[in-house]
Amino acid sequence: MVEMPLIDREKCNGCGLCIRVCYCQALVLVDNVVTVIETEECGWCTQCEAVCPTNAISCPFEIVIEEE
Amino acid sequence: MAVQVELLKSIAYFSGLPLTELALLKNFIFVKTADKGGIVLFEGEPAEVLYFVVSGVVKVFKTSADGKEQTLYFIRPDESFNDVSVLVSGRNMASAGALVPAVLYGIRKDDLEAVIRDYPQVARNVIRVLSQKVERLVSLVEDLSFRHVAGRVAKILLEYTGDGVGQKPRLTQQEMAAIAGTAREMIGRALKVMEEEGTVRLERQRIVIMDKEALKEMAGVAT
Ligand code: SF4
Ligand code: SF4
Repeated sequence: MVEMPLIDREKCNGCGLCIRVCYCQALVLVDNVVTVIETEECGWCTQCEAVCPTNAISCPFEIVIEEE
Repeated sequence: MAVQVELLKSIAYFSGLPLTELALLKNFIFVKTADKGGIVLFEGEPAEVLYFVVSGVVKVFKTSADGKEQTLYFIRPDESFNDVSVLVSGRNMASAGALVPAVLYGIRKDDLEAVIRDYPQVARNVIRVLSQKVERLVSLVEDLSFRHVAGRVAKILLEYTGDGVGQKPRLTQQEMAAIAGTAREMIGRALKVMEEEGTVRLERQRIVIMDKEALKEMAGVAT
């Protein structure tokens, strides 16, 4: 299972901007709300989060120290 | 040392003026020399003179409350300094000192105002010079705020470092922006620069700190 960007369905207004910016077709509109399709292609570029006008998408990062 | 009309020609304030007019303008201008390290202007004092550098280099700088010097820019031959202070604010906005022995041409505020009034070409030149200064300032502001943001991002990364088993919250760039008090775009830029410098590595869902010391140093910048 590939973890994907998180969508807050309540916040999504269906504007479709994230879909246009995503290069891997991971995002689709279903009933005017964005739905994520799991795909290895998603490189966590965070562009979908960046363009979303309603903060409906989040691409969280875990911060770790490089192991020797 | 006398003012040379020939040298006025290459100063942006006077470009496009015929020699006959330059010869008249010359009477408003005086020569000032400065030794290496000599201070020409003190920040905060009444702005009375606008200077042009004829030879040498002048450093324009501000001094912070704790005595640290921040260089704003170097003024090279044919360039002017103290413009905005003389034309607008009335007080020297920064100090200026000669980096190497320098020859300057000065014009007093009242004389400058008279010249701008009587020579429309000079007025046009002043607009151009000031616009260029605004451009320079904007890029300076960008640079300073970027360094500031990079420092804050470094701090956030250090603060939120987990051991990989999830006891620290994960962060989106949006959240980092909120913590750092900046725009999300700045976070992306800061992370990218850090990655290019080899300080961090961006992975899918993970920011891996590769050089903790460098990050600490960056974080120090923000305080
Ligand atoms: S992170 Fe990038 S690749 Fe992944 S879903 Fe968002 S826009 Fe698409
Ligand atoms: S950009 Fe945001 S609001 Fe627009 S469709 Fe995508 S998730 Fe919904």
